[in-house]
This record gives sequence, C-alpha cells and structure tokens, in this order.
Amino acid sequence: MSLQPTTSQTVGPYFTIGLAGRRRSELAGAGVPGEKVTIAGRVLDGDGKPVPDALLEIWQANSHGKYAHPEDNQNKPLDESFQGYGRIGVAENGGFLFTTIKPGPVPGPDGELQAPHIAVSVFARGLLLRLVTRIYFPQEAANADDYVLNLVEPGRRGTLIARKTAVQGALEWNVILQGADETVFFDC
Amino acid sequence: MTSIAGYRRPAPGTQPKHLHPPYVSSIKRAPSKPLVYLPHTLTEVTGPLFGKEATDVKACDLTRQHSGEPLGERIIVSGRVLDEDARPVPHTLIEVWQANAAGRYLHEADQHDAPLDPNFIGCGHTLTDAAGRYRFVTIRPGAYPWRNHHNAWRPAHIHFSIFGLAFATRLVTQMYFPGDALLPYDPIFNCTADEQARNRLISVFDWESTILEQALGYRFDVILSGREATPMER
Repeated sequence: MSLQPTTSQTVGPYFTIGLAGRRRSELAGAGVPGEKVTIAGRVLDGDGKPVPDALLEIWQANSHGKYAHPEDNQNKPLDESFQGYGRIGVAENGGFLFTTIKPGPVPGPDGELQAPHIAVSVFARGLLLRLVTRIYFPQEAANADDYVLNLVEPGRRGTLIARKTAVQGALEWNVILQGADETVFFDC
Repeated sequence: MTSIAGYRRPAPGTQPKHLHPPYVSSIKRAPSKPLVYLPHTLTEVTGPLFGKEATDVKACDLTRQHSGEPLGERIIVSGRVLDEDARPVPHTLIEVWQANAAGRYLHEADQHDAPLDPNFIGCGHTLTDAAGRYRFVTIRPGAYPWRNHHNAWRPAHIHFSIFGLAFATRLVTQMYFPGDALLPYDPIFNCTADEQARNRLISVFDWESTILEQALGYRFDVILSGREATPMER
C-alpha cells in the first residue's frame, strides 16, 4: 500500500516563533578547513520589492565534497565541526548574509563530479511550497560541464551563480521570486 | 559507482501550485517560469540530521514553558512520521508553532486585537522516536482574522516543520482540527486541488491519546516522500 505525501502549506508570516531556535548563519567556525566565503543578497518579489518575511535553509558538503550524512559513503574525510546546515532569516530590506566554506565537488547523476554548489530552500509567507534552488561559484571552470546547470536554459544559468564583489571572499547572490530576472527554481 | 535512488515525486494535484490567486500573498511571490526538473543527486538524498544535542526534551510540552498554565483547552497532538511505504521516519526533527487560545501569535507582526498569554509562547519541537512517533502537549489555538479578503479568518491550525532524512523530503505544513466551520472558506487550506489530500491535513479526534480529566487527543500523521526503487549497480 502506498500513502500520499502530506500536502505542503505556507510558513505564513509568524514562522520565526517556531523556526528561530535553529537559525545558523555562520556555518563554519574558525577551525573548519576550506575557503571561507560570505554570501549576501536580497529576496525580492515580482515587483522588485524586498520580501522581509522569508527564510533560507542551506545544505552543503564540506571542503572535501563530503556530506555529513550516512548515505554519503564516499571515501573522503568528515569535518567534525562542520554540519553543512544553515538557516538564515531575512531582514526588513529583504537582505540576508551567511558565512561558510566553499564546498568540494560531489558526484552527479552522470557519474561525473558536479561543480561546487550549495542547495537552498526558500520559505516565505505567500509561498505554498518551499522553493528549491542552488548557489554555484563564480569563475569556476567546472560550471561549464555541470550536469544540473546544463539542464537550465543558458540565459537563466546566471541566476544560480553567485557574483564576485570588490571584497575578497564576499559573494553576492539574490533570490528573485518572480519576473524577467527570476531565479531558477527546481522541481525537487 | 552506484547510481542514486531518488525520492518519489507527488501525484498530480496532491500538492499546491505555487500560484493560488485566492491566497493574495502568492500573486507577487510565486515563480512565473516553469520549474526545472532536478534529478536527485547525492545533494538531495542527504540532508541535515539533528540529534538529541540539538533538542530540548521539555520543548514538546508547550504548556510547561512558564511558571503558570496557559489559558485555553489543553490538547495532546500526536502521530507518526512515515514515508509513502508506511515505513517510520525515525529520529527526525519536528518544529511546531501556533497562536494562543485567543488567536494571537507572540510576534510583532501580529496586530490582532486579542490578548497575549504570558504563559504561552506557542513554540515547540521534538524528535520522532525509532517508530516515527511524536507527541506534543499544547493548547488548542484560536481562529484569527487576516486581511486576505473581506472578513477573512484562518481556521485553527498548528504549523509543522519536518526535515525527514534528506533535503528532498523537507516539508512545512499546517495541521487543522476536525469540524472547523472556517475550513471551506480558507484559501490556504483549499490551495490543493485534490480533496483527499487536503482533508489529510485535518487531524482526527483520538480517544486513545485523550487523558482522563486532563486533555483531548488529536492524531496527525505526516507522510514524507518515499524512496524510488534502488537502481542496479552500474
């Protein structure tokens, strides 16, 4: 017998009551190996207005490309102090910022390595289901051959790739929920 | 190299569409372009796991977070987290949040003119046990008005957030109460086309968990996506 998965519902406007307890915007402490990065951006709606009541959740591998999860049976080291989980609230101006390390590459569906990426869930009032997207890294040679990026029409791939800023290690990546510059969201 | 067994996708109509115009907040926030189908990779079949160190055993009783008792009707909300094959999802984190008995959230954005309860925050969490079971003690939340449409009132509900064992199984939903007269009018409850899928969001009154002279029991099972058959080794 097969059961039907429970229907998704919006987090509504008051989710901080229940979800603030496990907020984490610093994913990697001082001792965690890897290239430190700060990723900052804004969540904007179809009118380009800030979305203040959104929440991002992050899932990523460590710098070796290993997930802290029993199903990752790759022969790569785990970092005891790095879980790869983040939960980041958005400010009144739609802004968010988190710090982490750049993940290493993990295997893709074609048996080749995927380009380094961070999985993101977006929750907000008005979203009846979470939105799933990814953050890739700029000037990364592996992006050109990445299995998932190549599923996306070329003109929209840029929405998934963070941009360098004037500050070393600081990247910009925005979530545009709707419109001409809409971020690519996945059917996950 | 072993290929990855992904998680199953929902049957048509059993999940909301992103754009549901009767829910006004979805109009400017729903994506307008088609979603890109993502084959599940190691990224999606793994996900954050939370152990006892990340949780507080007392957080499953929302009526014992202060010196006094919250006002309202004490209830037990319990059930199981299962996958589509009815296999328990063990040791997974459930977070809940809700309004108080008067229909007021402890949140600065909630301007409803109903009293706050100094003995009720409306926030709890727990881990499922090895059999996927969970149990909260709380009070029945009140209905409250919102500005979605003329004289709009949300039916009583408790928000549930569940991780499951993988990024792909992440779920946030709302649990409703049987016989609530507001359900037929609520655009959030009614955002899903499939009536049976909708109705599974309504908890069931449960004698089994009802405690004599103490609290009524409601049962709410949560079903997460099930696993595809394991592919052959390549």
